[in-house]
Amino acid sequence: MSTAAQLHEEDHGHHHKETFVTKYIFSQDHKMISKQYLITGIFMGIIGIAMSLLFRLQLAWPEQPMGVMQVLLGKWAPDGIMDPNVYLALVTIHGTIMVFFVLTAGLSGTFSNLLIPLQIGARDMASGLLNMISYWMFFLSSVIMVCSLFVEAGPAAAGWTIYPPLSALPQAQPGSGLGMTLWLVSMAIFIASSLLGSLNYIVTVINLRTKGMTMTRLPLTIWAFFVTAIIGVVSFPVLLSAALLLIMDRSFGTSFFLSDIFIQGEVLHYQGGSPVLYEHLFWFLGHPEVYIVLLPALGITSEVIATNARKPIFGYRAMVASILAIAFLSTIVWGHHMFISGMNPFLGSVFTFTTLLIAIPSAVKAFNYITTLWKGNLQLNPAMLFSIGLVSTFISGGLTGIILGDSTLDINVHDTYFVVAHFHLVMGISALYGFFAGVYHWFPKMFGTMMNKNLGYVHFWVTAVCAYGVFLPMHFIGMAGLPRRYYTNTAFPYFDDLANINVVITIFALIAGAAQLVFLYNFIHSMFYGKPAEQNPWKSNTLEWTAPVEHMHGNWPGEIPHVHRWAYDYSKPGHEEDFVPQNIPLKEAEEELQH
Amino acid sequence: MTVLLTLTVLALIAIAIWQITKIFELSQTPKVNTQVADDDDNQLNGKLMFAFLIFIYALTLFSFWKWGDVLLPDASSEHGADYDNLMWISFAIIFFVQTITQALLHYFAYKYRGEKGKKAYFYADNDRLEAVWTIIPVIVLAGLILYGLYTWTNIMSVEEDEDSLVIELYAQQFNWKARYSGDDGVLGDANVRFLQDFDGKNQVGIDATDPNGFDDVVVQELHLPVGREVVFKMRSQDVLHSAYMPHFRAQMNCVPGMITEFAFVPVTTTSDMRQNPDVVAKVKKINKIRVENSKALVANGEEALEPYAFDYLLLCNKICGASHYNMQMKIIVETPEEFEKWIANQQTFAQVIQ
Repeated sequence: MSTAAQLHEEDHGHHHKETFVTKYIFSQDHKMISKQYLITGIFMGIIGIAMSLLFRLQLAWPEQPMGVMQVLLGKWAPDGIMDPNVYLALVTIHGTIMVFFVLTAGLSGTFSNLLIPLQIGARDMASGLLNMISYWMFFLSSVIMVCSLFVEAGPAAAGWTIYPPLSALPQAQPGSGLGMTLWLVSMAIFIASSLLGSLNYIVTVINLRTKGMTMTRLPLTIWAFFVTAIIGVVSFPVLLSAALLLIMDRSFGTSFFLSDIFIQGEVLHYQGGSPVLYEHLFWFLGHPEVYIVLLPALGITSEVIATNARKPIFGYRAMVASILAIAFLSTIVWGHHMFISGMNPFLGSVFTFTTLLIAIPSAVKAFNYITTLWKGNLQLNPAMLFSIGLVSTFISGGLTGIILGDSTLDINVHDTYFVVAHFHLVMGISALYGFFAGVYHWFPKMFGTMMNKNLGYVHFWVTAVCAYGVFLPMHFIGMAGLPRRYYTNTAFPYFDDLANINVVITIFALIAGAAQLVFLYNFIHSMFYGKPAEQNPWKSNTLEWTAPVEHMHGNWPGEIPHVHRWAYDYSKPGHEEDFVPQNIPLKEAEEELQH
Repeated sequence: MTVLLTLTVLALIAIAIWQITKIFELSQTPKVNTQVADDDDNQLNGKLMFAFLIFIYALTLFSFWKWGDVLLPDASSEHGADYDNLMWISFAIIFFVQTITQALLHYFAYKYRGEKGKKAYFYADNDRLEAVWTIIPVIVLAGLILYGLYTWTNIMSVEEDEDSLVIELYAQQFNWKARYSGDDGVLGDANVRFLQDFDGKNQVGIDATDPNGFDDVVVQELHLPVGREVVFKMRSQDVLHSAYMPHFRAQMNCVPGMITEFAFVPVTTTSDMRQNPDVVAKVKKINKIRVENSKALVANGEEALEPYAFDYLLLCNKICGASHYNMQMKIIVETPEEFEKWIANQQTFAQVIQ
């Protein structure tokens, strides 16, 4: 209904009346949808993080009765001691929520929606209706996922990768009953939502760029969102098919993933299926998913670092090329999750090769960020701190990928805490930092008010210290051979000397959790009582800051600004100010950078 | 009690955060009424960036000093040495790059902290520089890939010969069994369909119509002769499991419906390993912890923990259900003589089903 052309018309004509429902609930405006994604994502994030704190408590003090368990888990924590099945459920849902609901929908959904139209100079998304449907499907899938927590036998508990047969057979664990059904239904809806969103982003970026906004003038944020959307469209359908086949196996007796199973005194009828097939299908999405999570964060970081360094992003072309290279490689490396799955070792060699190649574009990105800081005039706003923090954790976490991506070395650290430490740093923490950087940076654009910077600084520094405090020691227990997803390590006296490391990790995790409350308070308080924002508080070049603070349908009153230069003319010689917005025409004899 | 303690800790944290906020607020000139970083913010946070670099280094060094002894236990398989070699080379590279890049990142963040009136250096591109940091990783990674693939191929090419000992590892929720191929050196066919034959005595589902199976031996404890290649054939009867033997740098998933393989040569017997100074130190440390933990248990009228003695372990390393955390089997590496003696004392399948 609201194509850009129509919006354009409307803008010159009269505004149509908006009711509360069309403005705040079933809105087709990308800015409102973006806020809806953000708030839903934060809500899911609270659940996901709270769960991680619960199982961290369990890991640090495994045999200790704890009141908090009894309060939160009720009958699932008899006498205040968590049940092993509940432990597995918590890690499963924590993973699912954080990866999909927070870092995919919460991050991409929020910032793609907010920034794509505003930064390319469009009145709205190509299809406001699809956009709205996409959000509401995401909302529905969130509701179902949260509902699954209240199922009698508990939610899905087979790990966020839900490998069959464990996930396929209710006899194998209680979570594989109704809980798993709800998980699958929720994820199927989630994938549909994500696909609708991604298609919309792609079409919008290709078709609705304002005059002068060539692809080579796109801000790196948009490049990142655009490529992310493409990866999503390529890989999410494969997960959907895996989920559907799993539903068939579970409910209709097919044998896609199951064969030769004897469980609870009974031989099951399944013949000829293979769990390894499921692993291939899952990781065909699962690995690109890492980049679906990470690329938007890197895009946000590129923008925030350039703006706050008051310098052009270093090596724009190389940054775009590395995004494309990462996107391409990400679809041919999934097998590195399966080196020891029983697939042919030769395949392992191939995947080692492709996987380690990803280190090259990643290294280019890291070096380019560092060079962007060099000789800058760094404005250390909270968003900037989180962006620098992102580069730091991206390096620390990425480097251990050299070990895990190497099939040989993977043999002994596969599925240990070494992996947990690696991916939390490189995609979990990094993407969360990107998320926070985005929120601090674009909060004025979203809500018209400023977030409190001091609370932002506290939030960053406490989080940054704790993130390393949690995940650096975790590498050690992983290298010691401690498997992940163990309810407790007390069954192995061999691991007794790791218990104190687990206590250290948990204490850092608790403090980090508390620091997020600072953010939450800052977020909510600033939304209502924050200082009113100026139009362009960070003195940024991109188009969203040429739009008025007050939100309006169609983004700009009058004509959409035209673009005359790239987004990174910061501190350009020959200009008075240290920034030149994209809509300012080139001066006479001013050269546009060849990029 | 714990609740109280937790609440106290949380309250203390809250107070600490509140105090830090105050410090930030006080360090600010009150007149500027904006939420954009000013010179004071840049000064303070720039310096904190430098402090953070020191924190990362310190935490790394502290972790190595305090917990370095838990890293990669001594390898006890022939390929273990190659594995460790590759691991330490990769680690050295990682350390080098980590130290340098974190230093540059945080130092720049400190050095170039903003000041009013300063202008940044307009520097958008340098093809040569970018070529350098593309090509260096390419060379380093090419080396790592080649070395890695060479080692991988060596480890994974299972060559069964007359001398190899073929053992089936059999996984089920939540325990392990091992099946030795007996005198004929061939494992009898097996399938979960046969599990209920012979009143459940057919523990791993050996096909009683296959003559190769009668001399097979099924046990709950894994005995391996030192210095001889062991070829593991892995099966699972219910869900995915993973046979993880960290001391041997060995791991392979057990997949229902298929047989997976892994092979290695154990090189150190359990009793020799117990003499290894690192292991002695570790056992001593663990036993100290156990004595400490026992005190609380005894005070509660429970039994004290048993003292720990070193043994090789087989752990399940693929989430498999409620007792995943306790799915283990002891591995005993012994001299060939001891091994022969032990296996001769075990019941064959034919004897079990009689």
